[in-house]
Amino acid sequence: MIYVTRRAEFSASHYYHNPKLTPEENRRIFGKCNNPLGHGHNYNVEVTVSGVINPATGMVLDLKELKVLLEQEVIQLMDHKFLNKEVPAFAEKNPTTENIAVEIWNLLAPKLAHGKLHRIRVYETPDLFVDYYGE
Amino acid sequence: MVYLTRRYRFSAGHRLHNDALSGEENRRVYGKCNNPNGHGHNYLLEVTVAGPIDPATGMVFDLVALDGIVAEHVLEKFDHKNLNLDVENFGTQVPTTENLCLEISKLLRAPLEEAGAERGLQLDRVGLEETSLNSFECVLEHAGRKKGKG
Repeated sequence: MIYVTRRAEFSASHYYHNPKLTPEENRRIFGKCNNPLGHGHNYNVEVTVSGVINPATGMVLDLKELKVLLEQEVIQLMDHKFLNKEVPAFAEKNPTTENIAVEIWNLLAPKLAHGKLHRIRVYETPDLFVDYYGE
Repeated sequence: MVYLTRRYRFSAGHRLHNDALSGEENRRVYGKCNNPNGHGHNYLLEVTVAGPIDPATGMVFDLVALDGIVAEHVLEKFDHKNLNLDVENFGTQVPTTENLCLEISKLLRAPLEEAGAERGLQLDRVGLEETSLNSFECVLEHAGRKKGKG
């Protein structure tokens, strides 16, 4: 089994807020991430696909296919956007790095034509990242 | 189950030396790391915790709490210290990065899992880079570990 990883970047703003909590609780739990005007990050996404090498090409999958899929499904949706306001998945749920990783998995898993989606890794900063394996 | 990794840095000095070996054997096994005056590194620590996403917050664990636990149990003990002389656990064992990585996992597991007990939080992995060319990982067994994860 071979694991192929492709990386992509997007920049977006977000804030954390739970409308079921009081403003004071929101500030306590989310701290500076609760600023309603939002703040931003340069996100890095790593998509890892597992599969076997096709003997005719020497490849697990055509990387261009993965690049285009990432661009269409993730980058166009999230790059230079305010995630809470512009990405439907985050209308009612916080765009935390955890939830972004799960959302990217959900966007890509049904559309991957070759190989099996193995892992989504999302870096919010170089010192903070989340891995999701689909379960 | 989501795996969240946070990176931390600390700088420390050490000397690799085993009292059970002769001076010559120590020099042979540990080479320049056996210099009696010691030497130091900038360590890069990765702490990975695993758990379900809390639907109320969208988070696996509060990062401020994670930072506080790592600071209290690891960084304050090791940063700008001599690992052989200042850190009690290395009185009898050689402060290789392997031993340091294992020691950090032991120091963090109980406080992290206690703080995150309500949500079933588990310490999943401790990674430690001694230099950009050397790194070590301590992967912990736990009920939620996905087989084949890597």
